[in-house]
Amino acid sequence: MSAVIQYLLYLAVLIALAIPLGTYIKKVMNREKTFLSQILMPCENVVYKVMRVNKDEQMHWKKYAVSVLAFSGIGLVFLFLLQLLQGVLPGNPQGLANVKWDLAFNTAVSFVTNTNWQAYSGESTLSYFTQALGLTVQNFVSAATGIAVLFALIRGFVQVKAEGLGSFWVDITRIIIYILIPLNLVISLCLVGGGVIQNLKGSETVSLIEPIAVSADGEILENAEIDFEAGTVTVDGKVVEDADIVTEQFVPMGPAASQVAIKQTGTNGGGYMGVNSAHPLENPNAFTNLIEMLSILLIPAALCFTFGKAVKNKKQGAAIFMAMFICLVLALGTIAVSEQLATPQLVQHGVNISMTDQAGGNMEGKETRFGIATSSTWAAFTTAASNGSVNSMHDSYTPLGGMVTMLLMQLGEVVFGGVGCGLYGMLAFAILTVFIAGLMVGRTPEFLGKKIEPYEMKWSVIVCLATPIAILIGSGIAAVVPSVADSLNNGGSHGFSEILYAYSSCGGNNGSAFAGFNANTIFLNVSLGLVMLFARFLPIIGTLAIARSLAGKKQIAKSAGTLSTTNGMFVFLLILIVLIIGALSFFPALALGPLAEFFSNVI
Amino acid sequence: MKTFKDVLPRATVIFLIFTLLCGVVYPGIVTCIAQLFFPDKANGSIIEINGKKYGCELLGQQYTDDRHMWGRIMNIDVSTYKDESGKTLMYAAPSNLSPASKEYEALVKERVEKMRDANPEMDETAIPVDLVTGSGSGLDPHISPAAAEYQVARIAKANNMTEDEVRKIIDRCTDGRFLGVFGEETVNVLKVNLMLDGILQ
Repeated sequence: MSAVIQYLLYLAVLIALAIPLGTYIKKVMNREKTFLSQILMPCENVVYKVMRVNKDEQMHWKKYAVSVLAFSGIGLVFLFLLQLLQGVLPGNPQGLANVKWDLAFNTAVSFVTNTNWQAYSGESTLSYFTQALGLTVQNFVSAATGIAVLFALIRGFVQVKAEGLGSFWVDITRIIIYILIPLNLVISLCLVGGGVIQNLKGSETVSLIEPIAVSADGEILENAEIDFEAGTVTVDGKVVEDADIVTEQFVPMGPAASQVAIKQTGTNGGGYMGVNSAHPLENPNAFTNLIEMLSILLIPAALCFTFGKAVKNKKQGAAIFMAMFICLVLALGTIAVSEQLATPQLVQHGVNISMTDQAGGNMEGKETRFGIATSSTWAAFTTAASNGSVNSMHDSYTPLGGMVTMLLMQLGEVVFGGVGCGLYGMLAFAILTVFIAGLMVGRTPEFLGKKIEPYEMKWSVIVCLATPIAILIGSGIAAVVPSVADSLNNGGSHGFSEILYAYSSCGGNNGSAFAGFNANTIFLNVSLGLVMLFARFLPIIGTLAIARSLAGKKQIAKSAGTLSTTNGMFVFLLILIVLIIGALSFFPALALGPLAEFFSNVI
Repeated sequence: MKTFKDVLPRATVIFLIFTLLCGVVYPGIVTCIAQLFFPDKANGSIIEINGKKYGCELLGQQYTDDRHMWGRIMNIDVSTYKDESGKTLMYAAPSNLSPASKEYEALVKERVEKMRDANPEMDETAIPVDLVTGSGSGLDPHISPAAAEYQVARIAKANNMTEDEVRKIIDRCTDGRFLGVFGEETVNVLKVNLMLDGILQ
């Protein structure tokens, strides 16, 4: 029962916070006064002065797009070089080496595209300098870029017979200064208060209560007797030659909390630690977990309400929100039930998976403090949003639970999706929906008073199909490359799921992983990097093209013949279109992976 | 192309400004406030008694001694980290195994048998799932109250204590849910063991 209450409360708190934030973001977008203006306006103006930006510039869509690309390109090059040179740069108390070119390329692309796929483990690969100056910065600016493109699209709906879509520079400046920095300051301080580390010290070591004996070739010796004075290890009465006695544990340190906050709120998801928010120093308890988990969906959900307010049709915002919310609840329900039921392999031979005095269920890859309810909710949130942080290992989910997380990414990350990009992706689906619905009933398709014509349709199709194309072509090629098989952690159909998950995650700009998969090879680093670039920037260009075309149109008055886009019927149709495109594209692939694994258990 | 050339210098300046703002100012402010108000937590919740660091409250260790409480199954890593003098350090990683494979079934069977051998007092009682599964971080410092209770008889016998004395220690190391609703009830294994050893009062 308490598990059910937890699920309901998580969803309720999310909605309660998203609505006011949505209103606030709308004010930021329209350059209206907010309660923070008095403090932040001077900072904002300083930035404009230094940048020599004209606040009132109205960019043509091409200039807006070029600005986005140039800005992202600079970020990419900077982050790439930062990693290649980290060994000689300061801020590296652990003395970590330079990163190899293919991993550096993959990581740079991954953070610039708001994916935050990680083929490396943070605590053993990247210096504090790289983490703060490279990754944290991209966490902010890639999130801001997504939101800015959404703003441009919203202006496309609002403007009548106009050319301009606003200024990209003003948009990202306001998004960072008014939304992201204040929000993340508050969140990171809550996290530190809750026990997340935040310091600039080199890593620590602590004693082990029970020292561990390791043989010369790195095997852990069980039932070993350790004689500390003589320094010998004895197993079954025999002395083991050259055995190593491990008496200390490694404790990672560094400025984690500030990075964790923005990776959650900016739907980035790249963890400070390799195991992300499952790590007890990154997410120590249910309080920090609540904050981190709500942060995943906070801005994506709020933007639905921002959209409604900005186009002066709150019902439209609510309708889009409902479509996303219903998909989320269905997905969450499926994951929760599958994980609580666990698998026959785990239940056998007298294992207690009941819910008395424990979370029960499939606890492989899950933390005790999070149990099933909190882990499942996070899994649904993080793959619905294109966040990709995890607090449990998706690789160890039940076949059906794991499949739902994969499907949420394959739907194109439009069930809330990434900050900004989730909503503009969903609006492209909405345009498809009005077009198809219009054809079915023989009415002229229009959306929010703008006529939908072939130009918008073509671009919408491209925006909607970019993700499925990137995922299917990518994983198709990877499945026939022989060397990829060496990266798998599990065999059979689950092994194929690992490949499919990797490409779904990168194609959806999500970044979570079936983490047993070793993605740090040249082929995978490069191919996944290209998938991320394609799935990020093609939709951005498409969205801006749609925005410009809509902005140039006149507003049509509502008539009796107008198809309502705010009622239950529209919400239903929208979900249907999203599911049909997702299901049709991915059914064959899913049948070979998680479905095959599931049915081989049943039969 | 012309637009691109126009935009590039401005984009560079803006990128530098935000690098400064988000990469230096923001983490700097957070670090200062954290070190000022929450020095203990911000530095890793390390349990230090008389100058010796007995462990990190938030990181699990492996216990196999009958006198100690056992934690989650660990996948120990002794190859990644070394200290300055080259001594091997212990860390751990998640298994990332599919819980639906034949290999996993065999693994669970093996873990169950090991638990049964170590806890003969519990006879055929079903084993709480925490004790036969690996965690998400590989470093889970907790187990559930059910998993703690399963070990009470063994721990009491091995330490010459009564079961109630052991339960009292477990109680003191048990944390409830946040606000009574969120998360799960947990027992901190390291703290229990430090108390059993008489190091922590």
